[in-house]
Amino acid sequence: MASDQPNSYRAGPDDEGRFGIYGGRFVAETLMPLILDLEAAWQAARKDPAYAAEMTHLWRHYAGRPSPLYFAERLTEHFGGAKIYFKRDELNHTGSHKINNVLGQILLARRMGKTRVIAETGAGQHGVATATACARFGLKCVVFMGAADVERQAPNVFRMKLLGAEVRPVTAGRGTLKDAMNEALRDWVTNVADTFYCIGTAAGPHPYPTMVRDFQSIIGLETREQMLEREGRLPDSLVACIGGGSNAIGLFHPFLDDPRVRIIGVEAGGKGLEGSEHAASLTGGRPGVLHGNRTYLLQDEDGQILEGHSISAGLDYPGVGPEHSWLHDRKRVEYVAVTDKEALEAFQLCSLKEGIIPAFEPAHALAHVAKIAPSLPKDHLLVMNLCGRGDKDVFAAAKHLGWEMGQ
Amino acid sequence: MSRIQARFEALAAEGRAGFVSFVMAGDPDYDTSLALIKALPGAGVDVLEVGMPFTDPMADGPTIQAAGLRALKGGQTLAKTLEMVRALRAENAETPVVLMGYYNPVYSYGVARFLEDAKAAGVDGLIVVDLPPEEDAELCLPARAAGLDFIRLATPTTDEKRLPRVAANTSGFIYYVSIAGVTGAAVPKPAEVRAAVKRLREGVGLPVAVGFGVRTPETAAALAKHADAVVVGSAIVSAIEANLTLKGTPRAGFLKKVTAVAASLAEAVRKARAA
Repeated sequence: MASDQPNSYRAGPDDEGRFGIYGGRFVAETLMPLILDLEAAWQAARKDPAYAAEMTHLWRHYAGRPSPLYFAERLTEHFGGAKIYFKRDELNHTGSHKINNVLGQILLARRMGKTRVIAETGAGQHGVATATACARFGLKCVVFMGAADVERQAPNVFRMKLLGAEVRPVTAGRGTLKDAMNEALRDWVTNVADTFYCIGTAAGPHPYPTMVRDFQSIIGLETREQMLEREGRLPDSLVACIGGGSNAIGLFHPFLDDPRVRIIGVEAGGKGLEGSEHAASLTGGRPGVLHGNRTYLLQDEDGQILEGHSISAGLDYPGVGPEHSWLHDRKRVEYVAVTDKEALEAFQLCSLKEGIIPAFEPAHALAHVAKIAPSLPKDHLLVMNLCGRGDKDVFAAAKHLGWEMGQ
Repeated sequence: MSRIQARFEALAAEGRAGFVSFVMAGDPDYDTSLALIKALPGAGVDVLEVGMPFTDPMADGPTIQAAGLRALKGGQTLAKTLEMVRALRAENAETPVVLMGYYNPVYSYGVARFLEDAKAAGVDGLIVVDLPPEEDAELCLPARAAGLDFIRLATPTTDEKRLPRVAANTSGFIYYVSIAGVTGAAVPKPAEVRAAVKRLREGVGLPVAVGFGVRTPETAAALAKHADAVVVGSAIVSAIEANLTLKGTPRAGFLKKVTAVAASLAEAVRKARAA
């Protein structure tokens, strides 16, 4: 072959759940039969028109899809370069893209006859989305959340309780998202018969990364259609933030085989990549195995996992979805990092210029847009995934900005 | 003949089950842990299972999780764990040593280098919790080629359909996880374990060790009637924890007290079939 580039960037994973060397099924034997059952159920569901119809119905009437593709006119003027569009996934029910995936998995859980759903959550967005869907379908829901995050994200903890979910604070390890995921896996090996594990990002053992990607791809599919309608052509570039990377892979995947579309993933650079206080697995980590998959991880020289740090509780995970690791190695997607400080500036700028308070996560994407947009030509079409709204972050933002908020 | 095979043949000849102890390497510190590992065979331990500490032990309950974190805090690394085995081997050539843990530290160390160093140190077998048969190419097959046993976990979810997959490429013995759950969580039911052991022994053709919920001499004895070996981890690790100061250093009499717990379990296992 003249080129070592694959014929398609959208063909993965292989039968073993691998994207190149990434992905796989690195789980305890107790879970293997469950994961194989899940894969079979998912393969059957995706071919079933009734499943797709149920999904589409819920997306439209319950979640509020399609989300708008919005021309951010004042930010475009402000930066003075590329024409900036926001994919408004923050307008979804529950306030982020998380509901896209959760509805798909909960419908699958119902098809499999599971009666109990468990989930892990960091900032609480995935926990709230899961609790919401479980309330809608009358399923028992248990959400594992690091004790430190329970403290930091009290409003979301209350939302989950209001929705009938049980929130279990995780004190094991250091009490953050990765520990919550460990604890959810421990629950799953203990309650194998009735429990469905609803993973919140495009990571974990096969088939989760692929399944979650497919659910989230609705973001990119809609964007494609909406952009063709608005501008008569595909966008020139796509920008999305990356924690586990589910909103990003959802936007990116339908465009991977369009070589003229430049694709950029923005990681959480925390206090800077030169130190250890960041959550940039791709730009600041190396390949390893955790939570069922091989992927880029933050780890020390002995292979011990490090805690991520970010202003955003939704991004401070020490790993990333395996497909991103592969796309990083193949250089199809550029991965960059922005700092807490840059994200906080973008958070304020978006609020001021567009009247949209973004979540800290997409504020990272916007911080990178702020760096590249000014030097791009005015006919350059840039789409940024505005994957979550900032309601959950206003307390933290007030604290960072030195604003005394009364209780 | 491997040390593991020799030990199980000797146990069969004696007509008793073996006693497998688990302790975390480096818990609470290198020197204390090495002294304990050296003392355990004298307390009646037939096979030493030594944990390789990891920050994210997904299949372990709170007791073993805490042991891993204590060891890491004490500066334990995979290289030091191999060094401990080498130090043990200098004075103990017979007791089989099985390293148990998770894949990432091994992957990070480098599979080829790890296998070479483990073999040279005197390691006999490996149990890597997050490497199911689907991932055999990672470590299982290279380990077998390097002359190390790769010991697989079988669980209550391992049904007839799954068993051949679990049996393939495994060697030494098979480790039956007697409960659906994490280490130390629940108490196994002897009648169910008895049936599972029979099924595994016939299906796999290897000795069957039973573990993951065995905390008392009574449970150990009940399982030792049927299993080829009984594994105790959390109960011994709890004894370690109970004999540490608030600062995490060993109290006076640490070694004596912890080995006494192991000895009482070993004795229960030894006498089980005579009773």
